Amino acid sequence: MILVPGRSSKQGTSLNHGKLKQEYIDVTSTLEMNQDDMAKLKLVDGDSVRLKNDVGETIVNCIGKKPEDLPSGMLFIPYGPPSSQLMESDTAGSGMPLSKHMEVEIEKVGG
Amino acid sequence: MTASLRIINGRVYDPANGIDGEIKELCIKDAKIVDSVDDDASVINAHGMVIMPGGIDIHCHIAGPKVNMARKLQPEDKRHDPHPATPFTRSGTGGSVPSTFATGYRYATLGYTTAFDAAVPPLAARHVLEEFHDTPVIDKGYYVVLGNNVFMHQLIKEGRKEELKHAIAWWLNASKGYTPKIVNPGGDEPWKGKKNSNVHDIDEKDTVFEISPRDIIDAFIDVANELGLPHPPHLHCNNLGHSGNFETTIETMKTAGDRRLHIAHIQFHSYAGKLGENPLSAGREIVEYVNAHPNISTDVGQVMFGKSTVMTADAPSAYLTRGYTHSKWINADTENESGCGIAPYTYQEHVYTNALQWAIGLEIFLLSKDPWRIVFSTDSPNGASFTSYPKLVKLLMDKSYRDEEISRVNQRAMNKSILREIDREYSLYEIAIITRAGPARCLGLKNKGHLGIGADADITIYDDQEDKELMFNAPRYVIKSGHAVIADFEFTTDYYGKTLHIQPEFDQSIEDSIRPFFDDYYSVRFDNYAVTDYYLHDHEYIPTKQDAL
Amino acid sequence: MTDNIKIVENATCTFCGCVCDDMDLHVDVEEKKIVKAKNACVLGRAWFAEHTIEDAPAAMIDGKEVSIEEAIEEAAQTLVKAKFPITYGLSDTTCEAQRQAVAISDFVKGTIDTTTSVCHGPSGLAFQGVGESTSTLGEVKNRADLVIYWGGNPAESHPRHFGRYAVTPKGMFTPGGKKDRTVVLVDVRKTKSSPVADILVRPKPGKDFEVLWALRALVKGKTLSNDIEKDTGVPLDVLKDLVERMKNCRFGVLFFGMGLTMTRGRHFNSGALLALANDLNEFTHFVAKPVRGHGNVTGADNVVSWQTGYPFGVNFSRGYPRFNPGEFTTVDTLSNGHADAALIIASDPASNFPKKAIDHLKRIPIIVLDTKSTETTKDAHVAFRTATYGINTTGTVYRMDDVAITLRPAFESPFPDDETILTGIRKRVHELMLAKHKAHGASGEAKVASPSKD
Repeated sequence: MILVPGRSSKQGTSLNHGKLKQEYIDVTSTLEMNQDDMAKLKLVDGDSVRLKNDVGETIVNCIGKKPEDLPSGMLFIPYGPPSSQLMESDTAGSGMPLSKHMEVEIEKVGG
Repeated sequence: MTASLRIINGRVYDPANGIDGEIKELCIKDAKIVDSVDDDASVINAHGMVIMPGGIDIHCHIAGPKVNMARKLQPEDKRHDPHPATPFTRSGTGGSVPSTFATGYRYATLGYTTAFDAAVPPLAARHVLEEFHDTPVIDKGYYVVLGNNVFMHQLIKEGRKEELKHAIAWWLNASKGYTPKIVNPGGDEPWKGKKNSNVHDIDEKDTVFEISPRDIIDAFIDVANELGLPHPPHLHCNNLGHSGNFETTIETMKTAGDRRLHIAHIQFHSYAGKLGENPLSAGREIVEYVNAHPNISTDVGQVMFGKSTVMTADAPSAYLTRGYTHSKWINADTENESGCGIAPYTYQEHVYTNALQWAIGLEIFLLSKDPWRIVFSTDSPNGASFTSYPKLVKLLMDKSYRDEEISRVNQRAMNKSILREIDREYSLYEIAIITRAGPARCLGLKNKGHLGIGADADITIYDDQEDKELMFNAPRYVIKSGHAVIADFEFTTDYYGKTLHIQPEFDQSIEDSIRPFFDDYYSVRFDNYAVTDYYLHDHEYIPTKQDAL
Repeated sequence: MTDNIKIVENATCTFCGCVCDDMDLHVDVEEKKIVKAKNACVLGRAWFAEHTIEDAPAAMIDGKEVSIEEAIEEAAQTLVKAKFPITYGLSDTTCEAQRQAVAISDFVKGTIDTTTSVCHGPSGLAFQGVGESTSTLGEVKNRADLVIYWGGNPAESHPRHFGRYAVTPKGMFTPGGKKDRTVVLVDVRKTKSSPVADILVRPKPGKDFEVLWALRALVKGKTLSNDIEKDTGVPLDVLKDLVERMKNCRFGVLFFGMGLTMTRGRHFNSGALLALANDLNEFTHFVAKPVRGHGNVTGADNVVSWQTGYPFGVNFSRGYPRFNPGEFTTVDTLSNGHADAALIIASDPASNFPKKAIDHLKRIPIIVLDTKSTETTKDAHVAFRTATYGINTTGTVYRMDDVAITLRPAFESPFPDDETILTGIRKRVHELMLAKHKAHGASGEAKVASPSKD
């Protein structure tokens, strides 16, 4: 699956409140996922999933999105500490890590 | 307060006071030249040295959004030219568009102590002042791009001359500027609104405001006269760079009649020949007109071979340059106020057009009958970086060196120029005029460009050398506002000069017309637009004639 | 709430790069909080409402409260002692503070980098390759009849971009507002911005470069096969239609977001887009503009550029600025383990950098200036709590289109501002470096010690 971290207005408003506050932590650990993909993995809204790649892994909660809004194979998450765990540090000489296009494996936690 | 200082035994060139190489003592106290100082003043023995007022650059591009974009654009222009820090001065980078610190220090190391940025849209004024605050040593000012201001075009269209006067005065205050700048009058609207087209004739009316370049020029000259501005409108004519453009330039100067007008970088506007074909020289025609009309002042905009950067509010002309280079290019529109184009460029000896441009500039210098009005510039960094000034001085002062250079460049171009036949060599006195006293007079700066009692203590002391390029490249002392910032060729301290600006009066009620225009067509609030004194730091306002009344 | 309400008109919101300067702030002066921010968007309202004064020490060393003077001394000593000190952040503070930060790096021969390197840094590199046709936002409002957003979601990241600058406002040559414009949105997913668009284009993820290059080819009159759809997810007809619109509009604009710069292709993507806009100027007036994120990231680019000549990723170890993204950019100096001290200003790399970079950050002494507690402040050797720019302090901020705006503060903070702290560190660092210089037997003593500059 391809993970695309980005901004959301909720992430923006909650970071004003404080990055160590619960609201920001909740927002940045909520993963948006295609509903059909979720069904295949027997996931329902609010389930915990483990995202994993060569760099590291993190556990987040998922919620479903309609296929016309989020294509199959794509995942979206607001930027924050969880997405950092998966981010490759090699910038290929550009200074910029690849932070919007990460190949990750996903699995259900505790089920 | 600065310590007092006495400079003895030097040969002084002070044309504004008629002093031509006399051995003369200069006394300095509290940043000014005074008639005497106490015996305990420190002394510089300038035996064997040449003393001039600090140089004044009447037309250059050194700060603000377009300059900074040109810096960001060209790391390749900087990597080969670092400017290291000293314990007292900051580091930077050079190239054709140096960083702010390098700009100030490098002007100082040429003996220059004042420079005017030639094109600042009002919306960019705050940015320019921020950069000025980081540009050491020199005093600075700028001309405000108002000639294609949409609000003013509406007033001109509707014949509201009185309001135009107040609007121009308001804008000069709001932007802390020195005089109105007009760039390619009438050319912004077709560029931004009519698919990158341009105006080509001084009497061609545009379709939106139905006014011609001549209408705009005429209106601005009138206003500048009424306001009694120390420097007249600073005009970049239409058709820059086009073959045959000298006729536009002559027509433009005729528009002024006997009213004061400054024509910027006139070399770029002195081309004969047919549009679309190789240019020919019209240097002689242009100089003859200027020689005969004391109301006109101009700076030359000399081209020097090597790397330059084209940067101009005349966006169509920069686009033309892109057409030659097929390289990277910037266009940057400022809402309601200006266009802008930037393109890296290299003038090459073997290229006909470049060699002819070089020759035309020199023709203009050498055929000039009044050095007070045909002053020194390269339109830095357009014709060349200001760091090439010493070489240009040598070209003007040394006929044999000039001949050598002529033999090295495109001969087809030299055959189209009368340059070879001109024997004139500038004297140190004349150099002091075109780089100091002349620009000070054109700018209405009464305390600069001379060494009389009461003048600013901005002084350059050169070792007298046969090779004028070497001489003008390395003054032994540079004194800025009484501080010896350079002594024995080395920086001794850091120093920051002041901003020079004007404050013409206006009728406050003009804001009632300007404010709604902002609400409708600007993206910033009217109340956040005018630049406050917070950005001026050390500054001096130069009186207008209005102030004297 | 008290009755003591002060109204600050035409204040500026510095949350995002829109830098809207039309806020009317209702300030409860006694409670030191903003109770209402008229004209603010959802992000701006949170920005103004949440920046209240928290009860916390102004300065700490290793978690213990100290005086500001002690903290400045420790910060200066730490930076001067380090062999490879880095400075990072700067996008959420004033230009006045940024100027001091560059000066510190210059004096200690360190490295300075801003959050640009991890947002539109690739666009900066692309800019160096092709240039940029661009404009201030007011010209877009006045003239643009074709507005394209590429790889961004302004409805959530820059909520007033549509309403104040680019889509709905009525301008001089766009009296009908949105009716006079065609709006195109190019994105890999449907977002809250989608409803604004007349035309939606959805490329496959990671195929932006291919789509842009195909558009360039079509603009230049080349023929493309229908395979383009298989490769990019966008049908040839959609591309052709878009090209016709671009060539025939009166004033076109391409806004682009980090959907281009942070994904596969990076600066090639931004470069392709900037080149496309440049190419289109052969046919009509066309401009492009990165939609910048933080309130003053554009100011950071400008300050670093005018002081050093380069926009970010600048190293002074040789006594003059050198620029090398990938070497002197912060993710790299941390991940490689080169940095041995860090000065972090108004940024939180410990919560959004790659894990390897964060791990190194935790190993070295860091000096942090921030208005709130963050992941980064948690581990700081020296931590300053500072006033919030635009809420507690004045100063200068650059909008995403390089327009500089002066901030109008709403109420005073008990904490010093970034500029004050950084000026203190700068002065102390300069003294220590001059002392070092003298100790090495240098002769050139200043006759006048920096006279006019503070």
